[in-house]
Amino acid sequence: MSENIVSAPGCSAEKQIEKKIEKELKRRKSSIKSINERVAKLRKESVETEVKISSERAKLITEFYKSDLPKGKSIPVQRALAFRYLLEHCSLPIEDGQLIVGLRGTGVKEVPSYPEICVHSMADLEILNSRKNMPYKVDEDTKELYKDKIIPFWKGRAMRDILFENLPQEWIDAYEAGIFTEFMEQRAPGHTAGGERIFKMGILDIKEEIKRKMGELDSSDPEYYEKMEELKAMDIVADAILIYAKRYAEELEKMAEAEEEKDPKRKEELKQMAEICRWVPAHAPRTFWEALQHYWFIHVGVTYETNPWDSFNPGRIDQHLYPFYKKGIEEGRLTREKAKELLQCFWLKFNNQPAVPKVGVTGEESFTYNDFSKLNIGGLTKDGSDGVNEVSYLILEVLSEMRTLQPNTAVQISNKTPDRFLIEALKVVGPGFGEPPFFNFDGVIVKMLRQGKTLEDARTSGCSGCVETGAFGKEAYILTGYFNLPKILEITLNNGVDPRTGKKIGIETGDPRNFKSFDELWDAYIKQVKHFMDIKMKGNDIVEALYAKYLPVPFLSLWIEDCVKNAKDYNGGGARYDTQYIHLVGLGTIADCLAAIKYHVFDKKTFTMSQLLEALKNNFEGYEMMWEILRNPDKTPKFGNNDDYVDEIAKRVVDTVVEIIESYPPTSVRKASRRAYFFPTTCHVYFGKVTGATPDGRKAGFPLSDGVSPVQGMDRKGIAAVFRSVAKCDWDETGGALLNQKLTPDLFDNEENIKKLAQLIRTFFRLGGHHVQFNVISAELLREAQRRPQDFQDLMVRVAGYSDYFVNLPKGLQDEIIARTEQKIF
Amino acid sequence: MVKGVIFDIKRYAIHDGPGIRTTVFMKGCPLNCWWCHNPEGISPKPELMYFEFKCIHCHTCVKVCPLNAINFDENEVQHIDREKCNGCGICAEFCPTSALKLVGRVITLEELTTEVEKDIKLYDDSGGGVTFSGGEPLVQPQFLKEALKACKERYIHTALDTSGYAPREILKSIMPYVDLFLYDLKLADEREHEKYTGVSNKLIKENLKFTIENGRAKDIILRFPVIPGITDTEWNVKGWVKFLSNLRGLQEIDLLPFHDVGEKFHRLDKEYKMEVHHAPSEETLKWIKEEFEGIGLEVKIGG
Repeated sequence: MSENIVSAPGCSAEKQIEKKIEKELKRRKSSIKSINERVAKLRKESVETEVKISSERAKLITEFYKSDLPKGKSIPVQRALAFRYLLEHCSLPIEDGQLIVGLRGTGVKEVPSYPEICVHSMADLEILNSRKNMPYKVDEDTKELYKDKIIPFWKGRAMRDILFENLPQEWIDAYEAGIFTEFMEQRAPGHTAGGERIFKMGILDIKEEIKRKMGELDSSDPEYYEKMEELKAMDIVADAILIYAKRYAEELEKMAEAEEEKDPKRKEELKQMAEICRWVPAHAPRTFWEALQHYWFIHVGVTYETNPWDSFNPGRIDQHLYPFYKKGIEEGRLTREKAKELLQCFWLKFNNQPAVPKVGVTGEESFTYNDFSKLNIGGLTKDGSDGVNEVSYLILEVLSEMRTLQPNTAVQISNKTPDRFLIEALKVVGPGFGEPPFFNFDGVIVKMLRQGKTLEDARTSGCSGCVETGAFGKEAYILTGYFNLPKILEITLNNGVDPRTGKKIGIETGDPRNFKSFDELWDAYIKQVKHFMDIKMKGNDIVEALYAKYLPVPFLSLWIEDCVKNAKDYNGGGARYDTQYIHLVGLGTIADCLAAIKYHVFDKKTFTMSQLLEALKNNFEGYEMMWEILRNPDKTPKFGNNDDYVDEIAKRVVDTVVEIIESYPPTSVRKASRRAYFFPTTCHVYFGKVTGATPDGRKAGFPLSDGVSPVQGMDRKGIAAVFRSVAKCDWDETGGALLNQKLTPDLFDNEENIKKLAQLIRTFFRLGGHHVQFNVISAELLREAQRRPQDFQDLMVRVAGYSDYFVNLPKGLQDEIIARTEQKIF
Repeated sequence: MVKGVIFDIKRYAIHDGPGIRTTVFMKGCPLNCWWCHNPEGISPKPELMYFEFKCIHCHTCVKVCPLNAINFDENEVQHIDREKCNGCGICAEFCPTSALKLVGRVITLEELTTEVEKDIKLYDDSGGGVTFSGGEPLVQPQFLKEALKACKERYIHTALDTSGYAPREILKSIMPYVDLFLYDLKLADEREHEKYTGVSNKLIKENLKFTIENGRAKDIILRFPVIPGITDTEWNVKGWVKFLSNLRGLQEIDLLPFHDVGEKFHRLDKEYKMEVHHAPSEETLKWIKEEFEGIGLEVKIGG
């Protein structure tokens, strides 16, 4: 039976909406599961504490660089000594009741700053402190410290200043026009995940490795000096983390002593924690608890050394933890309950570390507290068998119980993954807080093999950040910036001029009114894409060289294979695999734009190019009929409806742009291959703001389509049609593509529907899809939350490759999520 | 080439039989149920539907109609002269917002097969197939038979969503090509059936028996629309329970809760007789479920 549910005459529409919202809220509430007292208390603290800036790190690093300590030392050794100085002097916060210690910063959600990378101005601090959405509180002492000490010292010395000083004018022009962004202007590279090495190696093992390598270095090697300095730096940071752990052990012992009468159980715990800190990270972990603490020390180290993108993450965590779990259970020293409690405590550690404050364009492209740590579960094992184990299920449980902003997860589905795992994961999606997303693991392997990774390294790969595929623990896959595909069409339609500023930043590709065919337009567009890609790539080489020179990361380098072996820094090409990515934004919008022009101007001749250009210039004012036709999926082909007319254009865009990106020679320092991703974080909103009206009927300023999703509200044929359209593009030639879908909550009332959705996901992956994630939420509820934000503080939605609190999002992004099609049928 | 008249092809349907399916909605139905969820399927001819909320009052339709069948009154309310309109669809073609939509189109067997084949992979993965619904598919027996045959030749699972109101010979001729019957039961009492659907239920009951006698009981899923005040009465449910308890081998009945679709009737300028507009209560569904379970049927809500 096919029916549209419409409001009944006689029963007011408002009343119906009210009832619908009530039902949805009830469903959400009833899905909240109970957690034990300790975890509940920690969670409350973690969720409710407001985010503020902690000045301690800025103060310490400034002290260090002003002192005599770095004098006469090489840059890597300076960086290493600075790291050691930080860990020798930083405070040692311990959350009351926590079982895992270590926090970057001075306390829960107290975020350090990194003035050597980006020094915030007084105006930045003021904005961060007072902005309505996503504030970072800044106290008076911090402001004073910045004014007197931090800003005067770092201005001109910070990486950000060095970068802008060295980038050419044409780069600055394109950047300011919103053609592309630059990831490294406020944050260091990172974009990687931990692998097996972390869970199998203690610091002492690594120090041994460093020592051996130093002995092997050949003084006739022209890079002898650089390598030796890097190894020295690595050895210093290895000591630094030992100092940090030892300080924690002492602190815990002191606390245990003081606990004496009050709480004997906690006293015991504190003692045990101290013992653990005396074992890890010096040695490889032996137990489940040690494994979590060991990783966490490393996580803190990586995120304290710099402010790396996507923070850091333990990678394929169910694989890594399972041996410890199994051993603990078998020996009777661990119970499932205890393991779960430890995981929950571990979970909150991530949530206690919000992203570093971002300002300006970086703030616009990644407007969130979420720092993108992504725990991967499922997939295959190293030998190619099904990777799902008991810890995978445990993590799904923890995810559904914790519902915190961080960490994020990735459910990896291969052909061998059992249905049960997929269905259990979908049940976590049901109550609607956005997690977990689903990834095509077989596709992950194909992507890695295509890039030349070994089969084993491909099978231990995963997805980090939003949807980025990488060889976990072995690859520096550095993201460099978003690239605005629709804006370049706007410039093409204006013969090289950006109509927003009147500046000529493109090349002259001809007056489009003289184009005789769609192909002429296509050729002009691709010429402009190449022009801007040239500028971006040149900039990337400069940025990479500057980071390699000025900001080595010896601590991160300890953990990524084969940096120690190569005696080379992570930022300087030490990793086994080096890759550099551009992330393309607005595929749905550009496909719809090109299809609209092809269909109406060249095929059907509904209107002329000249009329279209006039309409765009006037933001469709006075051209309402044309506007209606362009945004009507019955009258204009739209991506996402399994219509070859436009889907072929989308595919052609993907193929061509990927080919352009991959045609560039390896990068300046790391010799990284150049690759493409298709995802936006929140950049589609920023790019939308700088892009005028577009031929798909989008008005000026409205967000572009997100990821590889269809334009908001233009997919009318159900989720499987979206899957079909998306899967026509060859995602295996990219590093990943993000697809958002919004589902109506009723779908999850019925077990049969969940099973059918599971089958659909499998079909999507079999057809070549890379990723899909779901918002299970109605537009009505979101609108209600916009009206009464105070009552919906905890409402989480899926934005791009991560979830966020809806009320924290800027209005434009809220509206964009509401405008996405709510799939009622499959 | 055989041709049929359809008003929609819905891909990725999940409520019309097992797995993920393509549902073909065939136009024309001898019944005229008060609560009909697809009133655009009743007439065998193409018809215009008017979606007022999409209309931007540009009057393009008035200008392009070759028969002058459309006008707007002084309050900007649109009127379609249904007598004059011949369903040419020119207005719908020109309407920039698709506020006017022509429902119903002629389709060749080849076109239909091409459409259906697109999702074979999906049917295979999910245990789905193709469902013929409507309208009443048995009103177009020849086209239906050829379409079913085409599916079977491609190893596609077929389902027929039917009121059961058709001559015995027709039912017999298509039976071999149908894997699953979605067989609707409405009112057990003959006079009530006539009142609310316009036809007697005699043929429907006999055809059900006939299907069962042909050994197809296990291939039938009964469907019972739960219409407040009409089909959900004790008298009616008990009536069906009594009738069904004499039939052997039936396994499942799905309860389809009423949704108000008055708006759809309005869009077609058709009279909507329903006075109740709310969905049945959970209690109602529960007792009806128990009644049918009492005679050994598996009962699903929705379906």
